[in-house]
Amino acid sequence: MRALAAAAGFLRRVGAMIVKEFIQLRRDRVTFATMIMIPLLQLILFGYAINTTPRHLPTAVFAHENTDASRAVLAALRNTAFFSFVKEAGSAEEAEHMIRSGEVLFFVEIPAGFERALRRGDQPQLLVAADATDPVGSANALAALAGVVSSALVRERFVDAAGEMPFEIVQHRRYNPAGTSQLNIVPGLLGTILTMTMLIYTALSVTRETERGTMESLLSMPIHPVEIMLGKIIPYVLVGIVQAVLILGAGMVLFGVPLEGSAAFLAAATLLFITVNLSVGYTFSTLAQNQLQAVQMSFMFFLPSILLSGFMFPFSGMPLWAQWIGEALPLTHYLRMVRGILLKGSGFSDLTVDAAALVALMFLAMGIAVARFRQTLD
Amino acid sequence: MTAAGEGIGPDGAPPARAAPEVAIEVENLCKSFSGRRVVDNLSMRVMRGQIYGFLGPNGSGKTTTIRMLCGLLTPDSGRGTCLGMDILTQARRIREHVGYMTQRFSLYQDLSVRENLEFVARVYGVPEPETAAAAALQRLGLEGRGKQLAGALSGGWKQRLALGACILPGPDLLLLDEPTAGVDPKARREFWAQIHDLAAEGLTVLVSTHYMDEAERCHEIAYIAYGKLLAQGTVASVIAAAGLATVVVEVAGEAGHEAGLHITRLARELSALDGVDMVAPFGTALHVSGRDPAALEAALARFRGDPRLVIRADAPTLEDVFIDLMSRSKDELR
Repeated sequence: MRALAAAAGFLRRVGAMIVKEFIQLRRDRVTFATMIMIPLLQLILFGYAINTTPRHLPTAVFAHENTDASRAVLAALRNTAFFSFVKEAGSAEEAEHMIRSGEVLFFVEIPAGFERALRRGDQPQLLVAADATDPVGSANALAALAGVVSSALVRERFVDAAGEMPFEIVQHRRYNPAGTSQLNIVPGLLGTILTMTMLIYTALSVTRETERGTMESLLSMPIHPVEIMLGKIIPYVLVGIVQAVLILGAGMVLFGVPLEGSAAFLAAATLLFITVNLSVGYTFSTLAQNQLQAVQMSFMFFLPSILLSGFMFPFSGMPLWAQWIGEALPLTHYLRMVRGILLKGSGFSDLTVDAAALVALMFLAMGIAVARFRQTLD
Repeated sequence: MTAAGEGIGPDGAPPARAAPEVAIEVENLCKSFSGRRVVDNLSMRVMRGQIYGFLGPNGSGKTTTIRMLCGLLTPDSGRGTCLGMDILTQARRIREHVGYMTQRFSLYQDLSVRENLEFVARVYGVPEPETAAAAALQRLGLEGRGKQLAGALSGGWKQRLALGACILPGPDLLLLDEPTAGVDPKARREFWAQIHDLAAEGLTVLVSTHYMDEAERCHEIAYIAYGKLLAQGTVASVIAAAGLATVVVEVAGEAGHEAGLHITRLARELSALDGVDMVAPFGTALHVSGRDPAALEAALARFRGDPRLVIRADAPTLEDVFIDLMSRSKDELR
């Protein structure tokens, strides 16, 4: 009976906190609006802006000969829609200058005697130089190049379909980025947007009460720190779910992101990830002296999350020490899970380690938060 | 619970009870913040049903003491009980029975009046929180303002709401930290009427204040300065215990600017004399006090013959006593 009464009291006090937080959330129209707008705006901006398969990239041509073969090559390139021939260069220097000045992003040079060498099977060189400052943009165009050109030449019967490449493509680029695609970015955005919003909302929650002086009253009431924490976290879990549904829905409608794996597993992973971030934010909230510090701490956490989680740069490309930092960040594990579930159809058995890591991080953050929560004003 | 009925028989004493009980009893409480002693060996006792005034200048340790009583701060040393529960080990249980009204308005400004009351009711486990909040609104005379945001209320209404939130869960002890600061005289008077009603119902009230007239509305007072409790008891007993002799020196027959100049000159002259510890102007009169009545009399002897001055003995006011206590303890600290 006593335990039952205690549980009822616990639920009642947590409930009181939840109701209070929701009312405050509703009153704060700016925050409320950002909760809906941030995910949508970011998804649309990033989704369309971070377009790793850009088309109609300005390209200069420097053809030493005007033959059927050279025309076939150029026509094939144009047909990919990656390249748009805007300039014709008279010399290699001129073409080099066009790239340097940013007038064009690509420069294709067809050497003299290309067709003849091709027919003889001499494997002539086709030079393609790409603007190094836009490596991601050029990656897909370059990747498509070889196949497009050789199939065009086969079609035009300059060479046989079988056998090795009839020519050699010399690609000049100083940087070779990982080939990310839009399908890869939307799941990544789901993770980063949730990290940012969840972190900041709870990071402010306790410091706001301290700054406004309401913490003194709250502490003088018979309510336990765990009850305060749960009461503050649960409303934002719901907000996080709404955000996740918005992002995923928009990602599927706007970018055609598939759901290969189980929806229930995705929901469970997302719920877990939301809770982890809220716990981390709440921990910051108990450490910070004021709201500004809380926001700063959130960014201290958010930046490595973006850079070292595998969202922006390929995880395997990072040095080992950076990978270790990455392993300690919830976003890293969530990205693996959400990309796996959405794109590869991975199930729980494939992602057990990442799920376990998220659970461990959640308990760690909650433990620190409860231990750090000042029950007195000392 | 300790039964303690000895001694203190204040004027306007708490309602007659079979055995007056102790609501607060603390001994040798000490608290320092970064090496600075804010509360120094403070001992006091408050009986149930009493209105206990807590007086002292700014930064004297009033708020710190109140926070230690309700478990918001942990004392460095000392012991004590609040409603019979140990302030060191049973702070959580104490909170269920104590209403604490903070110095700064600490309800949620972005919650409406009704929502604030409902939140308090739910946290304390008051049955039917909505009904309880509605009843509290009515009792506070805030019926029309239930939907107004608490932050939009005027100072007087905020104070009324804060008190209402404190008493909503039905506490046994109220700790009020400068509840009437910045509130107009009418609201203050209504506030004190309510405090007396609550005490009559058996509630114990500990209230800190700067105002002397409010001190005189308390059953008992304690005066604290520099973290030390300097005097304790009824207003009359505190005044008597100070052993202060006070005379009023009035400038007769003059008015306006002339009298003012005369008073200022006289005040400067008097305060330089041995035996005079305090000179305070009140209009065209001076309150002159001294700790040693004989010395004060000797100092005033040569003014007695002055026909323009009327000198008569008077009782020291509470303010005289407090300022004297403060300057004395300052001297000791030096």
